[in-house]
Amino acid sequence: MAVDGVDLATREGEFLVLLGPSGCGKTTLLRMIAGLEHQSAGDVLIGGKVVNDLPPRARKIAMVFQSYALYPHMTVAKNIAFPLKAQGVDSRTIPDRVQRAAAMFGIQRLLDRKPRQLSGGERQRVALARAMVREPDVFLLDEPLSNLDAKLRTMARDELQQFQRRMGTTTIYVTHDQVEAMGLGDRIAVMSQGKVRQLGRPQDVYYEPADTFVAGFLGSPPMNFFERGDLIAGFRPEQFLPKSAHEGTDPLITLWFHVHRIENLGASRLLYGNLRDVFQKEKVIANVPSTMHLHITPGSAYEFAIKDKDVKYFDRATGLRADAKPFWDGR
Amino acid sequence: MRASANIEAARAPSKAERRSRLADNEQWLGRAMLAPAIVYIIALVGLPFLLALAYSVTNVTVGNTDVRFVGLENFVDALHNPTFLRSLRNTFLFAFISQGLVIVLASFLAAALQKDFRGKWLVRLLILLPWVAPISLGTIGWLWIFEPIYSVINWTLRSIHVFGPNTWPIWLGQANLALASVITVHVWRLLPLATVIVLGGFSSIPQDIHDAASVDGAGFWRRHFQITVPLVLPIMLVAMLFGLIFAFTDMIVIYVLTRGGPYDTTQVLASLAFFTGIEGGNLAGGAAYALFLFPLLAASAVFLLRVARRAEVV
Amino acid sequence: MTPAALKRLGARGVNVALLAAFAAFASFPFAWMLITTFKQTPDLLDPNHNPFVYHQPPTLEHLRVLFFETLFGRWVANTLFVGISVVVITLLLAIPAGYSLARLSGQIGEKLGIAIFLTYLVPSTILFIPLSRVISTLHLQDSLLSLVLVYPSFTVPFCTWLLMGFFKVVPRDLEEAAMIDGLSRFGAFVRVIMPMSIAGVLTVIIFTFTLVTQEFVYGLTFITAASNLTLSVGVPTFLVRGDVYFWGSLMGACFIASVPVAILYNFFVDRFIAGFTVGSVKG
Repeated sequence: MAVDGVDLATREGEFLVLLGPSGCGKTTLLRMIAGLEHQSAGDVLIGGKVVNDLPPRARKIAMVFQSYALYPHMTVAKNIAFPLKAQGVDSRTIPDRVQRAAAMFGIQRLLDRKPRQLSGGERQRVALARAMVREPDVFLLDEPLSNLDAKLRTMARDELQQFQRRMGTTTIYVTHDQVEAMGLGDRIAVMSQGKVRQLGRPQDVYYEPADTFVAGFLGSPPMNFFERGDLIAGFRPEQFLPKSAHEGTDPLITLWFHVHRIENLGASRLLYGNLRDVFQKEKVIANVPSTMHLHITPGSAYEFAIKDKDVKYFDRATGLRADAKPFWDGR
Repeated sequence: MRASANIEAARAPSKAERRSRLADNEQWLGRAMLAPAIVYIIALVGLPFLLALAYSVTNVTVGNTDVRFVGLENFVDALHNPTFLRSLRNTFLFAFISQGLVIVLASFLAAALQKDFRGKWLVRLLILLPWVAPISLGTIGWLWIFEPIYSVINWTLRSIHVFGPNTWPIWLGQANLALASVITVHVWRLLPLATVIVLGGFSSIPQDIHDAASVDGAGFWRRHFQITVPLVLPIMLVAMLFGLIFAFTDMIVIYVLTRGGPYDTTQVLASLAFFTGIEGGNLAGGAAYALFLFPLLAASAVFLLRVARRAEVV
Repeated sequence: MTPAALKRLGARGVNVALLAAFAAFASFPFAWMLITTFKQTPDLLDPNHNPFVYHQPPTLEHLRVLFFETLFGRWVANTLFVGISVVVITLLLAIPAGYSLARLSGQIGEKLGIAIFLTYLVPSTILFIPLSRVISTLHLQDSLLSLVLVYPSFTVPFCTWLLMGFFKVVPRDLEEAAMIDGLSRFGAFVRVIMPMSIAGVLTVIIFTFTLVTQEFVYGLTFITAASNLTLSVGVPTFLVRGDVYFWGSLMGACFIASVPVAILYNFFVDRFIAGFTVGSVKG
């Protein structure tokens, strides 16, 4: 099943992100909300009203597609005007509204161009302007930043969020990029195989993951996992630091870290290696900020530590979050 | 000094290297690979075309050996020949009416064929039959259908009482009916190609655009006329131009169905050229008639190219 | 049933009716050929008989006459001979030409490709008069070789253009990788590009073959001896004795010569159309 038993409610004006790998059902879910696909069971409610039988155009939604779906044979101005015309808006008010929508995204000078004459970033703004011109109740976005190059993406992310805060329109945003999700979302619904694994604020989903899927999906580099009896223990690379670097009085778990390889990424360093002793086979990654001075050479072992409270435990069979157990128990 | 001496030695190619160079020499290779086809085309299309031009300005016939230049006499004579004028009129008539019908029908048919369904392969096979089968053979099938005494159309319409006891149209024997019959066969034959081309056009519109239009508020008809049709129009024009070109130059249907009859009422330029030039032996006259087609074709081809270029088809 | 579902059902109904009507219109002549082939002559030629029903039991007589008392079998052989020969010639000329235009000729390549395609549009009805003289000068009249010589003049332009499209779609990376690995440009063409273009080549083969089987004007013009005709020309002109059309055999001949080729062609039509409509809607 593409979408399996999803029960989700957005809050008014919130920016909700549907996050998951390809094939997890997030786009299908979005299209069901839009009315482009039919659910076999269940209801979709918009503004408290059941909209199951309503076609997309009657649902007061706007959608931005991954490909932007601009009408190639129309100018930018006509593209933006199209939804207004289609809804039978008084044609005298249309030029004004088109101008305002274009101004919102700074594309007034592009109004007479055709889509094929625009760059990726410009097309994206046209798609947004077209979506906003109708003042919808819900704003649906399907990976709108994935076709932009990396630099543009960060800028676009910032603008998008500012824009949404200003408009206050409820927004549902689909992406597979967890950095985007963390940056944009008020809440994130992490999905996998048609189900929502966890719904929560970015910090909740990141620091208190509900199962191993969520824990492994968020965070780059991903969480370090290994088995502890009938549980799986996990901790994040950035929480795994040289023992001497930990501050404060929280109880620590000390592990010997045999470093094989260092990647210097500029802002941080990734240390790849394995643990010693009991966990000899376990590969781990540590993420150390560059501002921290280290004397580490590949091939040697060092004393590293994690805070006890930073280790999360998951049930081995179900993957679900389990209660903490003392770390050194249960080989 | 020593370095440059080494370079000189390093530059001189060995014999093996020289040979392999040829297989790599792209300019030479490109021309060599293209040449045979070009030579063939020039020899069998270009030269005969020039020859046709030459014939048309002489008085050559199959019999005579005394050939002389007559300027545009053949063309002028043609314009005074009522049979020729009727053929000219028919050529346009058949081409435009049949193409107009084809393009309209093809749009409906292509729209109906867009969705997948069980047995679609069979429907497609049946619909393609008229185009794939040899033209002359399909036309003979229609000859039988239009047969004066045994026409299945007449029998069926009489038995369901659409035709009264005195109505028995001779499809190929009465001028207007013959024209209609020829047009019917043309439409029958050209509909599949046009449909497939238009269908290709429909499928090349990304689904996202239809979805965006739905979300934007467009109902079925608005989507069809404001989104689908404009985007498919270039391709439809290409299909129509192809069809026009085929229709202008076709003589098979006429030859098999009516031989140009009754009494030359269904002659077209192509068939008239055949009867005059080959059966009649008047090579110059036949060539002249056929060459009237050329400006038409050239203009259509230029137009086709412009439209196709805009649709990025060619 | 909800009104939305009802509307959808109605739309489907219209769709089905439309398709049924078109399919019937398109295939009726062939169905009719089939029925006629097996009808006994008295049954066939009685204007009072319902033509859709067999009043006398179906017969193989017409087919027997077709195969044993006419030149039908000979015509089939002739058509096959011409078809296969022309396919071979076309492949030999069009494949290198198509590749050359797709890869090796740059800017001029585009224009040249279009120019070659346009020669396909020069109709046989302009060329057949001068060609008939050329053929008789070469003493090839009444010979099948005249057709083998002339047919490539229209198959080669179109197939070159088709193949150009096919070759363009094969990524350049593959040839470049092969050339780095040690092949020459020509070697890369033969060993890497050709195997990947089997679909294109098959399309060209089928298309050429159907063009040959369909051709009528040159066949009618160059060949008059009955035994040397191709199917397309022989059936309409020679299955007639005096003024009498032997409809049964005639329809049988038409059906046999049309339908199998059509079925074969059907498998390749998708690719053929892909050649026509490469990437038209962008943006």
